[in-house]
Amino acid sequence: MSEVAIVGVGCVGFRPITPELSYKELMFEAAVKAYEDAGGINPREDVDVFVTCAEDYLEGFSIFDEFVPDQLGAALRHLLTVSGDGMLGLATAYMLIKTGYFDTVVVEAHSKASDILTYMDIVQFGLDPIFNRPLGGHPYYIAGLEMNRYLHETGTTEEQCAEVVVKNKKNAVLNPHAAYGANITLNQVMCSERLFHPLKKLEISTPADGCIVLVLASEKVAEKLTDKPVWVKGVGWCTETPSLETRDWTRAVYTRLAAEMAYKEAKISNPWRDIDFAEIHDVFAYKELQHMEALKLCDYGTAGKLTEDGLTALDGELPVNPSGGLLGMGYGLEASGLQKVLEVVLQLRGEAGARQVEDAQVGLAHTWRGIPTATGAVAVLSNVK
Amino acid sequence: MSVKIKHYPGEEVETKDFREGKVLFESFRPKAKYAWSAGIAISRFLEELKNGRIIATTCSKCGRIMVPPRIYCEKCFKPTDGWTYVKDTGVINTFSVSFIAADASRLKEPIVVAIINLDGASEGMGIVHRIEEYGDWREIKIGMRVKAVWKPPEERTGAITDIKYFKLVKE
Ligand SMILES: [Zn+2]
Repeated sequence: MSEVAIVGVGCVGFRPITPELSYKELMFEAAVKAYEDAGGINPREDVDVFVTCAEDYLEGFSIFDEFVPDQLGAALRHLLTVSGDGMLGLATAYMLIKTGYFDTVVVEAHSKASDILTYMDIVQFGLDPIFNRPLGGHPYYIAGLEMNRYLHETGTTEEQCAEVVVKNKKNAVLNPHAAYGANITLNQVMCSERLFHPLKKLEISTPADGCIVLVLASEKVAEKLTDKPVWVKGVGWCTETPSLETRDWTRAVYTRLAAEMAYKEAKISNPWRDIDFAEIHDVFAYKELQHMEALKLCDYGTAGKLTEDGLTALDGELPVNPSGGLLGMGYGLEASGLQKVLEVVLQLRGEAGARQVEDAQVGLAHTWRGIPTATGAVAVLSNVK
Repeated sequence: MSVKIKHYPGEEVETKDFREGKVLFESFRPKAKYAWSAGIAISRFLEELKNGRIIATTCSKCGRIMVPPRIYCEKCFKPTDGWTYVKDTGVINTFSVSFIAADASRLKEPIVVAIINLDGASEGMGIVHRIEEYGDWREIKIGMRVKAVWKPPEERTGAITDIKYFKLVKE
């Protein structure tokens, strides 16, 4: 089977709002950049399959996927939609190329969060209508529930969670794709409003608009298109029960199983040693810590301490979220996974500018579909075939 | 229902049983509100409708004059090169006559929706709109010429409904 590489990336945003562009224009701009980046391919001829990732309720269309081909160069071409996070689209593209039937596959995911006037009501609509929705309240109390249990079980402190915000927003200052970079203090995070005890306001990512397009190719095409292919060494994904009543509230098991799937393929036996840096879903600060443990980057209950000690800082032993994460870049909804992949690709190509991680060879990208889901995905990428 | 079976086993349920709470169910009305950014192409299109004009974008590579306008040519996958007005007259590409409304209630007057190829736009491009002032719907034919009937300028809001409808024009 052919190896699979990411040979082109294009990104627009992320920005708090993008009133000047329609979602189609946003996608067009990102697609043009990605095709140019992939050695100037012509999507009308050179792409075998297009995969777009979108959730209808976040777009305000039923059957949104029908509205995407024109702006990607995919009209009257072979297109399919994954109704989920962009990393599931990456996994789909990877499998398509692995079949040997397709050489070049494009993946797109975007967020036009600023077009959604009732975002929290849409999130609320994702809750079980019999058991949970009638209780009312802001749906982010689910994050509060999980954080509380996680802190209780692991002994992780609120301050350690707050450290994640300080670190990520600081990294984001160095990232031109980030909407919410800032130099803030631990005290500022700790003193920010307690919205869903124990979760505080500054520990919650703010949505942002943007679009990311990737071009993936088989080995033989990849080496023709670029000098800097980034190889997909393994992908994995997993979904836990939707039932809030019975799911595991501590360990993000969906992420552990997704990681095990990806590690097995990528032959990663010791993640802390084998992985040079990681982009981890941090829509809430505590999630970065919980996910680090589920990804087996450290022992259960130790992520908070490692963060506090600076080991996950940009110059630490295992930089986590050099991009600034979702706390710093802005929460790109179903594009979150590709925000992570984008950063890993830029880092592995040595194009991450002031936030470049030195000697990066293997990077991990991880995503979660957010409240109220328990779906995660993982990709292990490397600049070494 | 099969002629052989006169009565299916089980409990019969009527609408009033739901109303009276004998049958349990949960109902929920989603609060889903959006405000889509019109963007570069559609903003200009809507602005021009307000002026009583229909605007298109052009592609220098394939030579098409595209309406509704977009900032990219989906055929050539390149940015468009310019703007040009097309006429508010055209030809019926296809049409259909609806006799019932979305809730399946019978309409007093049928609604005629047509795909209209606008004069000045490239082949097969134009607008979707209603046809009115047609007399008997049986008189409407594919290929007939139509013209826009606009709202008075002070009533236009920059919406597709700034054109009230298209009417048939005698050749
Ligand atoms: Zn063209």
